[in-house]
Amino acid sequence: MFEANTLAIIFAGLMGLSILFYAILDGYDLGVGILLPLDQSDNSDTMNASIGPFWDANETWLVLAVGLLLIAFPAAHSYIFKELYLPTAILLISLILRGVAFDFRAKAAFSHKPTWNKVFKVGSLMAALSQGYMLGMYVMGFQSTFAAYSFSILSAFGVAAAYTYIGASWLVMKTEGQLQKQAVQWAKKSGWICFIGVIAVSIVNPIINEGVYDKWFTWPNTILILPLPIICFALFTISNLQLKKLPKTNDKHCWVPFVVAVMIFTLCFFGLAFSFFPYIVPGKLTIWQSASAPESLSFILWGAIVVVPVILGYTAFSYRVFWGKVRELRYY
Amino acid sequence: MLETLMLSRIQFAANISFHILFPTITIALSWFLFFFKFRFDQTGDPVWMRAYRFWVKIFALTFAIGVVTGITMSFQFGTNWPKFMETVGNIAGPLLGYEVLTAFFLEAGFLGIMLFGINRVSARIHTLATFIVAIGTSLSAFWILALNSWMQTPQGYEMRDGVAFPVDWLAIIFNPSFPYRLTHMLIASGLTAAFLVAGISAYRLLKGDDKKAPKLTLKIALTVAAILTPLQMVVGDLHGLNTLEHQPQKIAAMEGIWQTQKSAPLLIFAIPDEKEKTNHMAIAIPGMASFILTKDFNGEIKGLNEFEGNHPPVAPVFYAFRIMLGVGMLMLLISWSTRIQLWRKNKLPPWMLKALVAMSFSGWIATLAGWYVTEIGRQPWLVTGILTIKDSATDIAPENVGFSLVLYLILYVVLMAAYLHTLFTMAGRAIEIEEITDEEKVIHKNTSEKLAAKLPTQNKQEKNYV
Repeated sequence: MFEANTLAIIFAGLMGLSILFYAILDGYDLGVGILLPLDQSDNSDTMNASIGPFWDANETWLVLAVGLLLIAFPAAHSYIFKELYLPTAILLISLILRGVAFDFRAKAAFSHKPTWNKVFKVGSLMAALSQGYMLGMYVMGFQSTFAAYSFSILSAFGVAAAYTYIGASWLVMKTEGQLQKQAVQWAKKSGWICFIGVIAVSIVNPIINEGVYDKWFTWPNTILILPLPIICFALFTISNLQLKKLPKTNDKHCWVPFVVAVMIFTLCFFGLAFSFFPYIVPGKLTIWQSASAPESLSFILWGAIVVVPVILGYTAFSYRVFWGKVRELRYY
Repeated sequence: MLETLMLSRIQFAANISFHILFPTITIALSWFLFFFKFRFDQTGDPVWMRAYRFWVKIFALTFAIGVVTGITMSFQFGTNWPKFMETVGNIAGPLLGYEVLTAFFLEAGFLGIMLFGINRVSARIHTLATFIVAIGTSLSAFWILALNSWMQTPQGYEMRDGVAFPVDWLAIIFNPSFPYRLTHMLIASGLTAAFLVAGISAYRLLKGDDKKAPKLTLKIALTVAAILTPLQMVVGDLHGLNTLEHQPQKIAAMEGIWQTQKSAPLLIFAIPDEKEKTNHMAIAIPGMASFILTKDFNGEIKGLNEFEGNHPPVAPVFYAFRIMLGVGMLMLLISWSTRIQLWRKNKLPPWMLKALVAMSFSGWIATLAGWYVTEIGRQPWLVTGILTIKDSATDIAPENVGFSLVLYLILYVVLMAAYLHTLFTMAGRAIEIEEITDEEKVIHKNTSEKLAAKLPTQNKQEKNYV
């Protein structure tokens, strides 16, 4: 039996992990959706084939993350999503649209395919934008000020760029030929926007939130936080240098941009998590104030200890099965 | 303008009603697919693979809609019903959590292999993936019905300062109405899928498809429907008796019994009048309700008068119950008459095929009607005896809820039209495919052995690739 405070930390960790997994995994498939070309080229089929076996499972991480927030920190769940009611509704509708469009585009009458392609692209973009907007509002402590709205809109584009960047990197790794070359160009452009976005958030965050400022610039925290932007900068540089040389003969290093993107996502996530911990609603609610009863949390923790490694195991298995360059997606 | 409470209720009802349609199909359709794949592995007969390929695409589409419409649910509990989680979150939370952890990931994780992996893994692993997806869908029903049943008949908890705390998890999960509700729902899913498979197969035959696969799937679906329909009636009856014991006010509303009475009649049809507390235009079988519920024609049934101010609105429960029963009767009639005809003549006349096409989505109607009976029948409580609907509503501005509700409703209408259209487009396309060739027979006969021999090398090659 764990003690209540420890349980709150464990569940905050689990939830953070699910959010990170979600951002990386659904990030790349939303990114691929945003990049979908609307002409009737074969590229759109190849691009969709590259995410086909994974996107269902990727979105499950969102259900888990939001589920853990609901289960472990119900007060925070209702506070956050009441504040973000409309963007949440838009996010959900976008996710529904793009999810069904993915299947409809392959199965509906051929004359309807261009329409579903558009729905898939727009749905992916709207989902990314609304997530970015929600992140912005969260960072700004849900203020109803002009500054908060502007920042959130900026953040919306930042997150969309970040997803496009990781999506393009995914395509660089998973595709060949002309499409791969195209993906390299996409990755370069979106990488720059993403880079500017990360810098913007890093500057605005401590200026806006006093708590964050104190945390970042108090000894010895500074040594912990300072390397993050430096490593991030180095990673962007590596990615950019590699992208200039790709594709290489024998497709060497085609995986580098994706792996780098994953690392950048992870670092940014830790930066944000570090800024707000132990608050779950910035400046208002800590994880300890909003945690559920320990008997409920430990009941589910035992399940999670058994199940989460299994989930990771078969997720890895699924990626291994579909390892390598994407092939035409067939149901047999 | 409606108030937030009412808008939230309509929105939740719309979201969950639309969502449940798709899992209701996939829970059982996954078992159909497992059966097809299993028979293919056993016999090597390509007709099983044909059946699998056709239905796995419909499964993929249906499953995808189920997943994305379900995401909405995990957000809504907090936004529209904050008091629900505040009061019973300690119990509802872990049950929902186990659903995500054990069911959703299992389904989603193996779905990729099930849908697209048949040439990438061995036949055995692929069949196993199909089996695991089927287990996942059923597990999902297990957890969500455990929670729903607990809201109907809560036990295993204690209240401290107005908040429910778990005392005995086994008692919470296996609460009194759970086994009945779970069985009832799983069979409902079986019937929904069976009538869908039968309806689409009948559509193909009707349009001149003369291949083996639709004939085979029609036969299997009708067999399943003919077995499950009477079984469902028995289970439904037991579920009703369980409800009589734990939620007698729900039964009184279902039967339209206003005053406690002996020898209560079974109302085939009536217009219940909540103001006058009576029924108009009743067509009744004397004493039958008493007989069904107490196994005694003179048995006493408690009327709504005993639950003044604490019983559900009568009309919706009363009508929904009759719609469910009516569809059930129709299912019984059609499944048995067509199955017997098929057994005697090995072929169905066009009018029977047409009747089956018309029944394609009958499972949806019966399932929704049944859910309306049990959920509206729980009113005014959200969690029986613990929390009322009124007390759990949110304080979001009605305009916002109204806005999101309108968006959802438009979306659902479009999606439903697209789904139905696509289903029949897919059936139409399948008609044009040629019958199994001799070549295919040879290929498929060796498929399992060939695949097993081929695969390891294929994987190795790919590893070098990246």
